[in-house]
Amino acid sequence: MYLDAEDEKILSGEFGETRQKMMEILVALGRVYNAEKLVPIASAQVSGASYKTIGKWGLEWLSTLDARVAVPTVLNPIGMPRDEWRDLDGITPEFAHQQEAVLTAYHRLGIRMECTCTPYYLQRTEYGEHLAWSESSAVAYANSVIGARTNREGGPSALAAAIIGKTPFYGLHIVANRRPGVVVEVEAGDSLHADHYGAIGYLAGKEVGNRIPFITGIRPGRDQLKALGAAMAATGAVALYHVEKITPETRVFTFETEGLERISVGLQDIEDLFETMDVDAVAIGCPHCSPDELREIGDLLTGKRTTKPLLVFVARSVARDNQDLVAAIERSGAMVVPDTCMVVSPAMDHYKAIMVDSGKALAYVPGMCGALARLGTRKECIEVATS
Amino acid sequence: MILKGRAISKGSGRGELLVSPAPISFLSGVDPETGIVIEKGHPLEGESVAGRVLAFPYGKGSTVGSYVIYALAQNGRAPAAIINTEAEAIIAVGAIIAGIPMIDSLPADLSDLPGGSIVTVDGDTGELACDDAT
Repeated sequence: MYLDAEDEKILSGEFGETRQKMMEILVALGRVYNAEKLVPIASAQVSGASYKTIGKWGLEWLSTLDARVAVPTVLNPIGMPRDEWRDLDGITPEFAHQQEAVLTAYHRLGIRMECTCTPYYLQRTEYGEHLAWSESSAVAYANSVIGARTNREGGPSALAAAIIGKTPFYGLHIVANRRPGVVVEVEAGDSLHADHYGAIGYLAGKEVGNRIPFITGIRPGRDQLKALGAAMAATGAVALYHVEKITPETRVFTFETEGLERISVGLQDIEDLFETMDVDAVAIGCPHCSPDELREIGDLLTGKRTTKPLLVFVARSVARDNQDLVAAIERSGAMVVPDTCMVVSPAMDHYKAIMVDSGKALAYVPGMCGALARLGTRKECIEVATS
Repeated sequence: MILKGRAISKGSGRGELLVSPAPISFLSGVDPETGIVIEKGHPLEGESVAGRVLAFPYGKGSTVGSYVIYALAQNGRAPAAIINTEAEAIIAVGAIIAGIPMIDSLPADLSDLPGGSIVTVDGDTGELACDDAT
């Protein structure tokens, strides 16, 4: 792999041990994936932020590092709201202490103390930019909805890219590798509802696996694309998808889909995922809510009181910038929770059945929280939480 | 005998060659305190990787496996070196952050390597040197 003079100096240790190690990681990955060069990145998002995930040894390794990130960098959601963890059941002081130590270790590296799966709401991300992002739904959104270019990074490789400011040029950074490998035909016509997209992604991801799907028959907006991609990344390993005439690359490139395998998703398959079941909590915000979604939830809650715990997960700065919307939601008794989510927080572990509006959460809640998951529309979620 | 592969993680390591025909998941597959393979039914179950040159096809499982490799090194129970048929990110990153020499892509199948004999891995040149059989 080609390295420029400065990269070579970093690799030889001239800029300190941490940068040297980080460059060694990038060079090794470049070899593993046959990258010809490194490419500068615009931003990074680092996974392995929850103490529950990286544990004692991950924390110990992070604490040995001594460098600053070279590009704007945020973290994946952590196991609790950073400052308000006492408000949630199930977070012990011991866990909070270890989680704070992980954050301190990342903070020393110059990483913004934002823990979110929706970094695109914080940092303007442009078409064609190279990134090193980790979280699967964020990767799917950046690649597909924005048309930026990122592979799905592991925690240390995203951190190495953040500190060096570059990533090996392979995989989805290369335009030729972004062509579709399978067609998904959604056959639901006008009966399709905005809240169906998580279910479509849940179903399609299982069939698509790690291929790049070209999806026809839908006209989703940005929030629906977010739900669709997050679910496909959860039940499959989809890092990039195209929606005909909607996502940017389908308008820039002409994709040949003749001869590709075709998968069909029908309205009945989608509706069958929406079950009826008693639940003891309702969770919204997987991935973290957009301002529009906060407004919709607030509107649905107008004049209502929660009768069950209703948790709404969001990026801290999105909550801070939309305090009126947060207040409207919390007036009902619901909680707007920053930094964490239903999948990574121990706070959801003590419920037996959780209602969600997300195809991704439907896939992960049973395994990660040990609870049954019921999928509902956002309206149904609010009805169940307030009846 | 010297076999030339690809350098992945620098440094030199020497030890008894331990060959696994199956991939290894370090997270929940290897005890970070003892270096013993604990995955049920794994061909190396019960063997210690500590101080040995560990050869296996590739890594599998969670990326947190990189930190388990680091933990093994901190506990003094890491392999002396790692050989993969085809390196992937979990093991490569783990070897680098743990400072374990690593190579891959040797021109021989793992099953043809002289398991049980003393070998040297050079993570700078990508070479595996086997002491000639007597």
